[in-house]
Amino acid sequence: MKNIDRREFLKRSGALLAASTLPVSMVELAFGKNNEQNFSFAFISDSHITHIKGNRFVRNWDHGLSRAVAEANLLDPKPDFVFYGGDIAQLGKPEEIDHGLEILSALKQKTHYVMGEHDYYVDLGDYWRKQLGPDYYSFDHKGVHFVVLNSILTWEDWMHGKWDSGMDRMRQMARLDNPKGQPFMVGDAQRKWLADDLARVSKDTPVVVLSHSPLQKIYKGWNFWTEDAEQVQALLKPFKKVTVLYGHVHQIQYNQIGNISFHAAMATAWPWPYPSSYSQKETFLPKLTVEMNRADPFFERDATGWQFVNMATGNIDVHYQLPNNSKRVVAFNEKAGRPEDARYQAGKDRIPPQGHY
Amino acid sequence: MKQALALAGALLAASIAQAAPLGLPEVPVPADNPQSEAKVSLGDKLFHDTRFSSTGEVSCSTCHDRAKGFTDHLPVSEGINQLTGTRNAPTVINAAYMQTQFWDGREPDLEGQSKQPPLNPIEMGLPDYEPILKVVRTDPDYAAQFKAVFGKQGDDITIDHVAKAIAAFERTIIAGNSAFDRYQYGGEKDALNEQELRGRNIFLTKGRCVSCHVIEQTQALFTDNRFHNIGVGFKKIRGKEGETAAEFLKGKRAGANVDVTVLTAENMSELGRFAATENMSAVGAFKTPTLRNVAATAPYMHDGSLKTLMDVIEFYDLGGRELKTDPFSPFLSGGIRPLDLTEEEENDLLAFLLALTSPEYLHLVKETVPEGDHHEKH
Repeated sequence: MKNIDRREFLKRSGALLAASTLPVSMVELAFGKNNEQNFSFAFISDSHITHIKGNRFVRNWDHGLSRAVAEANLLDPKPDFVFYGGDIAQLGKPEEIDHGLEILSALKQKTHYVMGEHDYYVDLGDYWRKQLGPDYYSFDHKGVHFVVLNSILTWEDWMHGKWDSGMDRMRQMARLDNPKGQPFMVGDAQRKWLADDLARVSKDTPVVVLSHSPLQKIYKGWNFWTEDAEQVQALLKPFKKVTVLYGHVHQIQYNQIGNISFHAAMATAWPWPYPSSYSQKETFLPKLTVEMNRADPFFERDATGWQFVNMATGNIDVHYQLPNNSKRVVAFNEKAGRPEDARYQAGKDRIPPQGHY
Repeated sequence: MKQALALAGALLAASIAQAAPLGLPEVPVPADNPQSEAKVSLGDKLFHDTRFSSTGEVSCSTCHDRAKGFTDHLPVSEGINQLTGTRNAPTVINAAYMQTQFWDGREPDLEGQSKQPPLNPIEMGLPDYEPILKVVRTDPDYAAQFKAVFGKQGDDITIDHVAKAIAAFERTIIAGNSAFDRYQYGGEKDALNEQELRGRNIFLTKGRCVSCHVIEQTQALFTDNRFHNIGVGFKKIRGKEGETAAEFLKGKRAGANVDVTVLTAENMSELGRFAATENMSAVGAFKTPTLRNVAATAPYMHDGSLKTLMDVIEFYDLGGRELKTDPFSPFLSGGIRPLDLTEEEENDLLAFLLALTSPEYLHLVKETVPEGDHHEKH
């Protein structure tokens, strides 16, 4: 074998070896020059486990969650941890939270939890916190600062007002287009905590914030909305690379506001339509978002799913795992300075969403 | 001149195309492989030629035997030297309508499908296509036929010509005109008896069968051409899905042949559609087979694990489980859930499935509807 052939051969077999360790459905981007800093995490959200009676739960939602868990366990290499984006339960009942946590217990990695309004309003989060700990916190992982906020609070007067029962309050908050509904907010106390927390972080550290509701204003009638979003954004503004991940909307959304990239999670339970296609009222759906087509009503898992997130270059790319459907990848485009759908961004490549119902 | 030839070709193709039987659409024919009588008869001969296996004993028809409804009536097929694989031979009947071939859809068409078994070590066991090409290039009958059909001879005959001829033959193996078709599309309101009609109703409603085994206004393919995890074979890789998938991908990246892997490695076979797409949500998902002539093609499911149609009905009744005590697969497709069918409803459904048999395969039907209390639910 000539020298040049041998070199070529070694190069090729090296490539083969590298290829053989590629993760399931995942292409990892290089994290600058420091490859060891690359990591991924799974992001599962909005399971809405619903208790019927006794030992009976809505089977479809159970299955959505257990399927996402089983699929997340297939990731190879393993994600460093899992985020759960909120709304384990449908009506915040201890039975629902416990049943959901039991399904989630099959995950092989540590899971960090976000509070959703369906977990919260029956007892203002008491049972959730008893099982899972604080509902806002931060931690550092491989050079990235992670912050979890409880963004689904609302006016103190309303929360602590006169209610027949906690369930009565829960049911009010669980309704869309409810004239008695209230806007979500992070609130003064948590924003104060956030300011203190971020004060200890250097401005070139990538920051990832998890909240249940979008920390941007999209559609108030469905609480695709956080009332004090601008104030939270202002606290994040000094940082070079900021990403906000949220649940609640049960659909693919992404956006860039200044230095902040936004990504939404699919639900494991059911999809919501895009507010723009459904309502005559004003929406502020991010222009960058390429909408999914309407869910196929004959296919129970259609337009549900979960995602894994690559932490590379300090920004993220979100890989949507959609049962019986093509995968979607929304990745940060360095050149454009914003997240983009890897496949459908160009207008001519898009599948036009179905506008009528 | 060229145009005139093309027109003549089209007319010829149209004249030999069979009228679609009741309940089925016209057979889709790819533009680059038009049907002709000579091609079909060449394909027929190739389909039955045992010289295309290393032992000289196995042909396509070994596992796709006309006398057995173009299957082999075995749980999993037997190739050369009685070697067995991991999957049940799907029938060739109406395979022409399928949008993908193989249980995991890893080939898009019949042409691609027929090229894999000759090289699979447990099917026909050839090292490469040379032995086949040697036969078709030198055997005087074949030489004449290939010359007539493709205008090719000697080294110009390739495996693609062989595959095209076999596919053309398979596109003639279609069958509709069942009692169901005569009722549904032929206006014969008495073609189905009362029990079969009750079964049809279960099929369309409580049984949820029609969600995947599609019936349309003017035709019924009884498949959605999609892939679903219905729980079959789940127990084999239960709890080992992650390692099995990782092991499969490692092999595939290193150059392992997917066709060989899924037919020889029992665990990896259970990955189903994942082997073709590497999509995690496709783990354990297999193609929806047609139900036409299903009563002539026992045993059932991708691994042949269920002996009778009643076993299949009970499997679905338990939401994708053989026994009530079995766990559910977390990868189960959304529509699969316990059905809570009564014994009578199960019998009715079976009666309906038997009524999907075309006249030419009725003699192969062995299963009968249990009477009264002879059938006991598991």
